Amino acid sequence: MNDATTVVTGLGVAAPNGLGLEPYWSAALAGRGGIGPVTRFDASGYPARLAGEIDGFAAEDHLPSRLLPQTDRMTQLALVGADWALQDAGIVPAELPEYDMGVITASHSGGFEFGQNELRALWSKGGRYVSAYQSFAWFYAVNSGQVSIRNGMRGPSGVVVSDQAGGLDALAQARRQIRRGTPVVVSGAVDASICPWGWVAQWASGRISRGTDPTRAYLPFDDEAAGHVPGEGGALLVLEEAGHARERGACQVYAELAGHSATFDPRPGSGRGSALQRAVEQALADADAVPDEVDVVFADAAAVPGLDRAEAEAITKVFGPRGVPVTAPKTMTGRLYSGAAPLDVATACLSIRDGVIPPTVHSSLSGAYDLDLVVDTPRAATVGTALVLARGHGGFNSAVVVRVPRT
Amino acid sequence: MPAAVFTLDDLKLILRTGAGTDEGVDLDGDILDTDFEALGYESLAMLETGSRIEREYDITLDEEALAEARTPRTLIAFVNEHLAAIEQRA
Repeated sequence: MNDATTVVTGLGVAAPNGLGLEPYWSAALAGRGGIGPVTRFDASGYPARLAGEIDGFAAEDHLPSRLLPQTDRMTQLALVGADWALQDAGIVPAELPEYDMGVITASHSGGFEFGQNELRALWSKGGRYVSAYQSFAWFYAVNSGQVSIRNGMRGPSGVVVSDQAGGLDALAQARRQIRRGTPVVVSGAVDASICPWGWVAQWASGRISRGTDPTRAYLPFDDEAAGHVPGEGGALLVLEEAGHARERGACQVYAELAGHSATFDPRPGSGRGSALQRAVEQALADADAVPDEVDVVFADAAAVPGLDRAEAEAITKVFGPRGVPVTAPKTMTGRLYSGAAPLDVATACLSIRDGVIPPTVHSSLSGAYDLDLVVDTPRAATVGTALVLARGHGGFNSAVVVRVPRT
Repeated sequence: MPAAVFTLDDLKLILRTGAGTDEGVDLDGDILDTDFEALGYESLAMLETGSRIEREYDITLDEEALAEARTPRTLIAFVNEHLAAIEQRA
């Protein structure tokens, strides 16, 4: 173990408002959302009818036919996202030693759509109609496994499952492996479970919006906040040891993955508050940074009043009233579960690159929160350091600090 | 009910729909005596292929014998033996 610096050198994005890095970024800056009525199945009989769906993704345009019968949609998106991230980083995996590359992703629910289809085959037609690929296609770790196989990456690989917080915890685990000596790790997450089985499972969280107007359904930090809209997608990042990136002449270094912390909330009814603030403070300490250095916070933005309050309080306690710009571009995509935070980290990298903070759309800041929420239009700002927050159902909190590398 | 003869074309259709085709592999080439592994089909792909043959032809194939059929020619012969045995019984 050493304290090697971990940097982000490649980004691959698949989001409801943009397939590919630059399409996503121009949509985010334009405040253009991807939330609309569910089209992937008939949701008319369900209490939630809106989703952030990715339109126009044809897996067969990007992947060999050999991979199609054995992959859930989330895996297809992850494989393509990883391809894009590697291309963006200028890395040709076949040119690097196979044990120098690892894959660590997060997953919220696994390949639900694939699993549902096979369960339907099992109960309606019988066991011999179940795909042999069901053995792994539904599994949480399958995105890591398939990205690893496709790219010949035999270094440390794994999966982190802590709901939305997992997207940051995976990046932190990748940084640990880089510090232990693996110079390149593909990390991040893609989730996609917009299918009846996924839908009822999400609904059980009690945090899904019943809204039917795409502009009023997901309103974090708003007096009318009443849950979130589920979405699909996420981002894959190429994380690399800084010296390795320098020596191979990486085309760009977006940012340093400088700090991380994960905390767990006290049990309900304990009387003790959320542990999110502690995650923020510890992530800053891990990055050797002080609150004044942070130029933007990408919020978890649950849009559930109690959770919004806890997040606003944590931010205000650390940074002071209206002490730092806060944004939630996920208002344009819906919550992407494990995919959300890696997408926020990718977005933070682009904010650093282009000096602009993408907006939170549709929300009007409640008077109850003393936040400097960036709403409706992007804000020009020199971004040297960004904080990304993510929380998972059941008490997971995670915070990551990314910044312009210190030289 | 499919014809009680299993042909190379039937096998190719099942391979394509059940497991897909590897980049750089031409199933329409001369593949009868090529090892399935060289065609890009590992054990799981063969399991899926066997299960599709079973349900389309309503037969049960012995798993170990199936695993020993290493080429299209041996697999086709193996399946046709089963089909012929059924026809005789009928």
